[in-house]
Amino acid sequence: MKKIIFVVFLLLLPLALQQVGNFWVRTLDMALLYVLLAIGLNIVVGYAGLLDLGYVAFFAVGAYLYALLASPHLTETFAWIAMMFPNGLHLSLWLVIPLAVVVAGFFGILLGAPTLRLRGDYLAIVTLGFGEIIRVFLNNLDHPANITNGPKGLGQIDSVRFLGLDIGKKLDLGFVEFSSVTLYYYLFLSLVVLAIVISHRLADSRVGRAWMAIREDEIAAKAMGINTRNLKLLAFGMGATFGGVSGALFASFQGFISPESFSLMESVMIVAMVVLGGIGHLPGVVLGAILLAVLPEGLRWFSSIVDLQQITGGRLDASILRQLLIALAMIGIMLARPKGLWPSPERGKSLQNKPVAAKSGAAA
Amino acid sequence: MSEIVLKVEKASKRFGGLQALNDVGLEIMSGEVYGLIGPNGAGKTTFFNVITGLYEPDSGSFSLSSKPYRPSAVHRVAQAGIARTFQNIRLFADMTALENVMVGQHCRTKSSIWGAMLRTRGFKREERQIEIRAHELLDYVGIGDLADSRAKTLSYGDQRRLEIARALATNPKLLALDEPAAGMNATEKATLRELIDRIRKDGKAVLLIEHDVKLVMGLCDRVTVLDYGRVIAQGTPDVVQRDPKVIEAYLGANHEATESGAKK
Repeated sequence: MKKIIFVVFLLLLPLALQQVGNFWVRTLDMALLYVLLAIGLNIVVGYAGLLDLGYVAFFAVGAYLYALLASPHLTETFAWIAMMFPNGLHLSLWLVIPLAVVVAGFFGILLGAPTLRLRGDYLAIVTLGFGEIIRVFLNNLDHPANITNGPKGLGQIDSVRFLGLDIGKKLDLGFVEFSSVTLYYYLFLSLVVLAIVISHRLADSRVGRAWMAIREDEIAAKAMGINTRNLKLLAFGMGATFGGVSGALFASFQGFISPESFSLMESVMIVAMVVLGGIGHLPGVVLGAILLAVLPEGLRWFSSIVDLQQITGGRLDASILRQLLIALAMIGIMLARPKGLWPSPERGKSLQNKPVAAKSGAAA
Repeated sequence: MSEIVLKVEKASKRFGGLQALNDVGLEIMSGEVYGLIGPNGAGKTTFFNVITGLYEPDSGSFSLSSKPYRPSAVHRVAQAGIARTFQNIRLFADMTALENVMVGQHCRTKSSIWGAMLRTRGFKREERQIEIRAHELLDYVGIGDLADSRAKTLSYGDQRRLEIARALATNPKLLALDEPAAGMNATEKATLRELIDRIRKDGKAVLLIEHDVKLVMGLCDRVTVLDYGRVIAQGTPDVVQRDPKVIEAYLGANHEATESGAKK
């Protein structure tokens, strides 16, 4: 019963919010994209214990992949591509998503491979560097051949079409009107649900246990016959695929992307979401992502209502307060709950879920 | 019918100017507990790390159940059939006892991420078998009721036993124990001894490195004594502990007169 109420709530939420203003639904959409990113990063950081500070690179790879394949940029720049596609390049998102999975996964393995011998802080620094390399590449690949359009970014990216329905436009069913952001909300929500299912299933499997073993003690994991190299690469690859999908969705949702959206700060925020929520524990990670994505917007709204600048005589404006409060909130949460807001339970799973099956199995 | 499980010939390992192992060789039969003893720095742990693939040997030939193997990567040695425990316990601390043993079965199972994501029938069957087997092994070492406790919350003796259960989960031909009795009290030692005895009766070969001479002499079928990286004595415990070279290694020269002291 509780579950049904929760599902109905999730489905009706954007409809209620769009009455107040599309801004809030938009915030929710972005929050869902962050949830997707956090779930992906959680595979790398939470399950396999590999601190990746360059995760946003895979987000960028996915976003640019879709932007290049579904915007006029390539056909306008390269005559030979225009010849091949006289009607312009308009690949469907449904083709780009599998492609993003493959390409981002490949990049994940590519960036993971040189870091295999590194641990902890050293790994973090190297991955941070990789994240920056991708961003710098995107920024500078506008010459000699203009591939990414450099800092100017890529615009006019196609919105998503789903069964002939253009999600970029609002849908009027007569009795109820779905704005474009609401339609995107449903798309993102369904993908988030899929991501949660996949991530949960991975965690509760032979591969997931091997990842956690590597996280806990790499040498002992090796002594159990676990090929730590392959499994670490697999974790990097799997994590990256979520980032890639999220990026492709982001590009279609925004319609415009530039390297600015993929700065180091984004990587740090995604790590913060995972850590703040409860590292390695899916519900916690989702909670952390929603909180850290919605909180800034909420604070922005709050400081605009009370007209902060006027009260403080111009000394404090909304953006400063926002950063200050976020920082304070994060410090406060980590002090009060060092394992995250919603950490994994202290007891093992089988005691709660399936004591009967386990006991009868052992007897047989 | 016992067969040779591990055969090592002329294993050598040098660290810079230190010859840590010098032509060490031994043979371990199935259903036998084999002791490896020696004073501190004699090369016991080096030998252990060499046969389990942690250190690459400079030379030597190694075979497991008459099949030669190269101890070059730890996970391959585990797959080949040598399971080990660690001197300073290395469990997966934040995982439950059950999960620890389930991880141990990694190299004997094969479901992939596709199976995991799609929850295929084969995947589910294998998961069920892994869990049943893990419960059996926990019962076997006597901590079946602690299956759902996190490894780090177990008592010291139970952690040792969990480590043995986890090693057994890899279904090894040879179980190598690195100072399993270190830090144990008398009761814990007694249960450990019973456990090792049971593993031997089940036909597995056990290699035991131990400081506790009493435990080694009481439990092992055969013993090798190392000193300065060389084998100085090899044979049954009775013979070995009367060997003057062994007495000298443990007590220094000119202690023949106090031979009875070495038996302690």
